Amino acid sequence: MTIDREDLTAFLVETKETLSQIETDLVIFEQNPEDLELINRLYRSFHTLKGNCAFLSLAKLEAIAHGGENLLNTLRAPTARESSSIREIINILLRVVDIIKQITIALESTGAEGEEDYSELIAAIDNLQDFDSSPSATIADPQAETPPAQSNQEGTKTSGLTDNFMRVDVQRLDELMNLVGELVLCRNQIVQFSDLLNDSSFLETAQRLDLITTDLQEGLRKTRMQPISTVWSKFPRVVRDLSLGVGKQVSLELEGEDTELDKTLIETISDPLTHLIRNCIDHGIETPDLRQAIGKPPEGKLFLRAFHESGYVKIQVADDGAGIDLAALKARAIELNLIAADRAAALSEQETLNLIFHPGLSTAKQVTNLSGRGVGMDVVKTNINKIEGNINISSQPNKGTVFTIEIPLSLAIARTLLVTSGGDRYAIPQMNLLELIRLEGEQAVKSVEMIHGSPVYRLRGQLIPLIYLNEQLQLDQNPNRAKFKDCSDDRRDGTLNIVVLQARDYPFGLVVDAINDIREIVVKPLGKQLKQISCFAGATIMGDGRVALILDIQGLAEKAHVISDDKEIDLNTESNIAGKTNDEECQMLLLQGLDNRRMGIALSRVARLENFSPQAIERIGQKKVLQYRDRLLDLIDLSAILNPESVNSISDSTNQGLLQVVVVNLDRERNVGIIVENIIDIVDQRITVKSDTDRAGIEYAAVIQGKVTEIIDIEALIAAA
Amino acid sequence: MADKRQFCTFFLDRFFFGIAAEKVQEIVRYQNITFVPLAPVEVRGLINLRSQIAIAIDLRLRLDLPPLNDDRLPLNLVVRVDGDNISLLVDDVGDVLDVSDDWFEPVPETLTGKVRELILGAYKLENRLLLILDVEKVVDLNSSSIA
Repeated sequence: MTIDREDLTAFLVETKETLSQIETDLVIFEQNPEDLELINRLYRSFHTLKGNCAFLSLAKLEAIAHGGENLLNTLRAPTARESSSIREIINILLRVVDIIKQITIALESTGAEGEEDYSELIAAIDNLQDFDSSPSATIADPQAETPPAQSNQEGTKTSGLTDNFMRVDVQRLDELMNLVGELVLCRNQIVQFSDLLNDSSFLETAQRLDLITTDLQEGLRKTRMQPISTVWSKFPRVVRDLSLGVGKQVSLELEGEDTELDKTLIETISDPLTHLIRNCIDHGIETPDLRQAIGKPPEGKLFLRAFHESGYVKIQVADDGAGIDLAALKARAIELNLIAADRAAALSEQETLNLIFHPGLSTAKQVTNLSGRGVGMDVVKTNINKIEGNINISSQPNKGTVFTIEIPLSLAIARTLLVTSGGDRYAIPQMNLLELIRLEGEQAVKSVEMIHGSPVYRLRGQLIPLIYLNEQLQLDQNPNRAKFKDCSDDRRDGTLNIVVLQARDYPFGLVVDAINDIREIVVKPLGKQLKQISCFAGATIMGDGRVALILDIQGLAEKAHVISDDKEIDLNTESNIAGKTNDEECQMLLLQGLDNRRMGIALSRVARLENFSPQAIERIGQKKVLQYRDRLLDLIDLSAILNPESVNSISDSTNQGLLQVVVVNLDRERNVGIIVENIIDIVDQRITVKSDTDRAGIEYAAVIQGKVTEIIDIEALIAAA
Repeated sequence: MADKRQFCTFFLDRFFFGIAAEKVQEIVRYQNITFVPLAPVEVRGLINLRSQIAIAIDLRLRLDLPPLNDDRLPLNLVVRVDGDNISLLVDDVGDVLDVSDDWFEPVPETLTGKVRELILGAYKLENRLLLILDVEKVVDLNSSSIA
């Protein structure tokens, strides 16, 4: 038997919707067993489904849908609803839904119902019906019960609005969207042209074209929008099944179900959201006993919130569970060799939380069938990043965890900052943008420090690595670009334009020749010949008809080694750009200690370099402190500790100049300032010669730049202070 | 009577080339090209082809031929491969020719270098050879850069 392909497609689309409606209704019904309207709606859904199956001669499906319909009918009898078997009936009905799904998948791929035998399920259904011996007594034609709304074939929509809707192939909308994209570009060109032409009637026409195009674009964008409830509708079921499976009580609260976003985006976020929900139920929410023991209600809460904020859709998945155990997370990461123990100790709270996204990490003490297999969160992040989105976590012990996903409203049109480098324009997605800095003359020369060939900029005291766009893109080396060499020379004596960007939570500065303006652009993919260039996310056509490339900030940062795979800041150096390997190398901040001794601190521990006047130092008992960023910063005088006999420590000496303080991160909450005599350099060097030392506060001695250098052990130094 | 085939012909350096006519989308005069940093050298950049973005491949470079004189601008011969429009920069275009399969010859021995790798064969026309370009290979920059 063959079914007309078109009929089948229509049936499949409709069945999918019906099933998702049935699932949602069943879960609601479980909590409100007295809601007769709900039973009627469920009944109608099954009835329509059955009818459709019969129409297409899908015997198996029809039998199963019929079974489900009958079973529902038993629920109309109060006896059935009172009995404890309601959960059992719901379970069976959900299984019916699953099996219908399975069959529809088989139908979709093969065109046939498949060979599976479902008589066992049907028998189970019949079995359950037995406790109500007179089902037919309450059966009424659902059409007759609620006459006005039910003539629709949709089955799922209870209002009579159905006639005003029609199904449209998404591909057709995609094509239209493309055309409108082109219209936008054409409009931009015409508007630019009208400015030149200075003809008032043409100008007027151009303005009208401008308005109409904007409306059209907006209108079409809306047709592609779907409420987020299209994905969320499956979650009540997911949450119910998962929580039953792990013996937890979880109630799901949805907020902002009407929030709309682009259809393609909706599809992409479905899997990540499911994963996050699993994670919350599996790891976040505690068992009822445990919850009661710590004074929480036994039922855990899971929140899904969606809302619009500054051009983005934000989706939050939150639970009121145990929160993320930072110590366990670190221990696990160390155990799995994802991070070295000393690095882990230095991580801030946020950095530790971000370890969750490390590929191959799982904190579950045991692997369950839900999650904890060690794949997942990194995939979630990758999927969200793919659609230009971001994910953040915040967590509080015993209060819960919040995952916040930010995604753009639509992918096709993006807000970007236009910059110029080497004579060409490049677009930077606004998502990555933090701030713009323009330095002129003297200031430009002074504020960029070259530390061993690595340019660094002090942004309000914080060191951020600088990368030059023209160097990264090798614009100077290309013979075709030789004529633009002049532009880059200008930069050296004139202004310096820094675009502060963020890739994977790490800021860095991108130096460009000029910053133009913010522009909405239509993103077009690059052909496959250029796909392997990680620096570009796509291209667009500008108002003047020329093509401009869109920078992929993540890719660019990775190329420049500003961020590396283990998410550590790695100040880029000439040697990195030249492509030399420096895996074994480690970056050291070189200091001049007492008696001209050379000392080093691992740069990974250094948060900032600051200068203070000696008068700023205050004392609390024996401790020296400094008011720093609204906090007290404990100060450690390096020379006083390493050389206790010395009478004059640096800070006591009537020093005429400023004190140099290296601010070191202990953890998120605490910083310590180390007063040093002089900062010499930052080196990037393989440390080959190491010798142990028993001096307090010194980890080992090594040869750096041909001189013996003592490497400071920060923890020991603090202990000694 | 042998089958006839249609070829779109064009000139490049001292050679006369042809591409199967059904693969050619259109011919467009020279356009502004946006340079793509870090791209393979054969990629001259991107052009705006009626609001679609197309890669422009410098066919002379691709075939190891000397560059075109500065005073002459190439033309875009736009081909369609796997659904993508790709512009091949050529010196000049010729007619669309109907040629008989009888005239087909495998790659002539006299040809060497990249040209030889990227052509399917040649048709002996009355006064010259028409070299048939293997378009798929020409636009596949990734594989040939390894070879």
